[in-house]
Amino acid sequence: MKMSQIRERVVITGMGIVCPLGHDVASFWEGLLSGRSGANRTTIFDASTFPTTFDAEVKGYDFRRQIRRPELHEGCSRGSGFVIGAAAQACQQARIEVESNEPNDGIDRTRMGIYLGAGEGSLDNDSFFASIIAGWDAEQQRMIWPRSIRVAMERMTAVRELEQEPNMAAGHTAMLTGARGPVRSCLTACAASTQAVGEAMMLIRRGDADIMIAGGTHSMIHPLGITGFNLLTALSQRNDSPETASRPFSASRDGFVIGEGAAILILESFASARRRGVPILAEVAGYGCSSDAFRVTDMHEEGRGAVQAMWAALTDAGLTPADIDYINTHGTSTVENDSIETLAIKTVFKDKAKQIAVSSIKSMLGHLIGAAGAAEIIASVLAIRNGIVPPTMNLHDPDPRLDLDYVPNAPRTMTVNTVMKESFGFGGQNNVVILKRFCEET
Amino acid sequence: MTSVRVVITGLGAVSPLGLTVDEMWAGLTAGRCGIARIKAFDPTGLPCELGGEVPLYRIQDHVPKALRKATKLMCRDIELSVIAAKEAVTTSGLITKGIDPEKVNVEPTRFAINMGAGMISCDLEELGPATAASVVDGRFDIRKWGADGIRQITPLWLLKYLPNMLACHIGIIHDIQGPSNTITCAEASAHLAIGEAAQIIARGDADIALAGGAEAKVNMMIMVRQNLLKRVVTNRNDAGPSACRPFDANAAGAVFGEGGGILVLENLDHAKARGARILAEIAGIGQSHSIHTPYVEMEPEGTGIRIAVEKAISDAGIEADDLDLIVPHGTGVPHDDLAEARGLEAALGAAVHRIAVWPTKSQLSTTGAAAGALDVIAAVRAMNERLIPPARNFTRPADGCNLNILTERREGSIRHALCCSHTFGGQTAAVVLKSFEGDAKP
Repeated sequence: MKMSQIRERVVITGMGIVCPLGHDVASFWEGLLSGRSGANRTTIFDASTFPTTFDAEVKGYDFRRQIRRPELHEGCSRGSGFVIGAAAQACQQARIEVESNEPNDGIDRTRMGIYLGAGEGSLDNDSFFASIIAGWDAEQQRMIWPRSIRVAMERMTAVRELEQEPNMAAGHTAMLTGARGPVRSCLTACAASTQAVGEAMMLIRRGDADIMIAGGTHSMIHPLGITGFNLLTALSQRNDSPETASRPFSASRDGFVIGEGAAILILESFASARRRGVPILAEVAGYGCSSDAFRVTDMHEEGRGAVQAMWAALTDAGLTPADIDYINTHGTSTVENDSIETLAIKTVFKDKAKQIAVSSIKSMLGHLIGAAGAAEIIASVLAIRNGIVPPTMNLHDPDPRLDLDYVPNAPRTMTVNTVMKESFGFGGQNNVVILKRFCEET
Repeated sequence: MTSVRVVITGLGAVSPLGLTVDEMWAGLTAGRCGIARIKAFDPTGLPCELGGEVPLYRIQDHVPKALRKATKLMCRDIELSVIAAKEAVTTSGLITKGIDPEKVNVEPTRFAINMGAGMISCDLEELGPATAASVVDGRFDIRKWGADGIRQITPLWLLKYLPNMLACHIGIIHDIQGPSNTITCAEASAHLAIGEAAQIIARGDADIALAGGAEAKVNMMIMVRQNLLKRVVTNRNDAGPSACRPFDANAAGAVFGEGGGILVLENLDHAKARGARILAEIAGIGQSHSIHTPYVEMEPEGTGIRIAVEKAISDAGIEADDLDLIVPHGTGVPHDDLAEARGLEAALGAAVHRIAVWPTKSQLSTTGAAAGALDVIAAVRAMNERLIPPARNFTRPADGCNLNILTERREGSIRHALCCSHTFGGQTAAVVLKSFEGDAKP
């Protein structure tokens, strides 16, 4: 395989987001600074009898209003609709033409790729369950398949079924942007879009692409998704107070608040950005990835994999722990994650750990699962650009064992040059990306 | 930056032709077909009742004693991947914790995994009791599901079906603590995963990687989906072995099946240092995307395939004439096969008339995320055995297909082989393998 002889610097030239706090970057940031919660009662389906009856939904959004030719994407999943809007915004900022057969932006489409951390689309629930009901023989406790097949073949539709596939979001993004370079989609649970951004950076560094449309999209707010998380007792059940339920690092945290959305960053080689004369928002300086190889149900008790990924990202960026100003945590508000993440930060940052600003925006945004990391990378870039660290809201009863500076309950004005963004996924997936203020000379 | 070469040192395959690479190769060379009427469930009522099913196995036989409890959390996709991983590791001469904890010869943090996985459909029978408990007036009632149905499902249910759990279970068994990713680009997944794993080794983030894919498509809901999408053969339910006919004038659709294929990829220096047997080299990879408005089919000219193939050949630093074998995606879906034939012809020029083309899906069926890995394994075996078997079920080329599809076995050395894949979401991928004979002593 060919190797690029120079290591391309990778910068960010566009960002777009569709999330519970708003449908663009400005409203997302305004929401984070005002401490607004995206959580409320579940409206996507009737969850009133579920153990958890609330979530953080994208409300009042329609991708058809974001683009000129929505008919090409008709029937797409909720997640694909989100990513179409987020990608269109990011491309606009980065001066990449979308929905054009003959783009005039000077970008070679074979040098522009896509890397998404993207989740499944929702099942066609009524048809799915009707099909099981038709086939289930309660006496014999087994399926009579032909009965089930008949109902499924009658009621399900090809497009609805196809659009559930997780690679369809990347397909819609390619159709929107004309990207013909490397296109990948990954799904490493809650770490997926941080992984997508990290691997996209590597593709540019390697010289496989000049531009990567990178990020994630996901909505697991569907009956089987919520069922699964409720069964794992991973979701907060603070049904009487959705907006305060996500309370990372607090003593009374009882699980995460599920959210949904899409977040897209335009990654670009510095050479390409300079040639095109587009403003540079920040630099992606380092990436680290590891796996716990421990248990499918739990994180490694000492955060072994998390520590390894953090070190790998620092080494890749050529930085030391002393260079990091702000850690945007995974911070899910589950008992396990917040404890082990704190422990891992202390292991890596040692004496300096308590002097670093550490916050979780999931306290407001909820947990966007596959899309979470990319949304949080956007927040990290905004922290650098605006000199403000978004807070960890709802942190009124600190867990005495968790003693870092979590930037509780109010944003903090401070100089931020370097951010470490961590994401951890079920099964022991650890991904860390380091963002830096862009300076032309390194 | 010094150039790192990445080689293949182990293979593992579970396919409709058997539980090992040897069985698959023996079946392929003997012209056997792994396609028959579906046995896993009664397919009556599906327009296509055929599938490619893996022979019986006991998963407990393939998992270390200490981890047998974990098999309860393995869906079939995971099982297939675990079996293939064990064979790949064993044949590579690596000793992991899962092979013999006393004699480990792998550094866990320098060991990566990159798996292709499908959108896993849950076991419907497992949801039978919960669904039955949620019926009101003969119909599914979401409120009853939330109140009563959920409780009938095992708490860890969700963890069986997350796509990244293939890599996580394998990672736990073999103690893989380096980078881990799960690519979810349907039938292009395995080539993309192999390509990414090779890049991870090339950039120095690991010395060894397990890479490939697994998917169990013989599931009622998945088969309903393929039937609704009209991608299946519907006129040969009584003639399974002749049903799938890639590039043939009488092709009428694909047959879907299950499998798992995993390769051990290794830094050449690392492989040499431990005296490993080198089976082939990963010489180049390429990726692109098909952009077509009716996105359920490939663009007719195969542009996305052409670009991926051109990139892979360029990455390998070779010319089209250096290729002696192509293992195409070729599913038996006439429109898509023709697009692939045109894309290959456009990429390879006059050489396309000479290079032997050997489609495997007439024998292996279309195994989703496993397909690309099984094809690479078949190509490596062909290189090692200096033998290309004839294409099964190919008698007369479809109109417009100018590929040199083998109708008789061909013997002789294979300098380079090309494997390519594409999927309905649009992703395209190509891998170039280089023979290692004469390059170094085994």
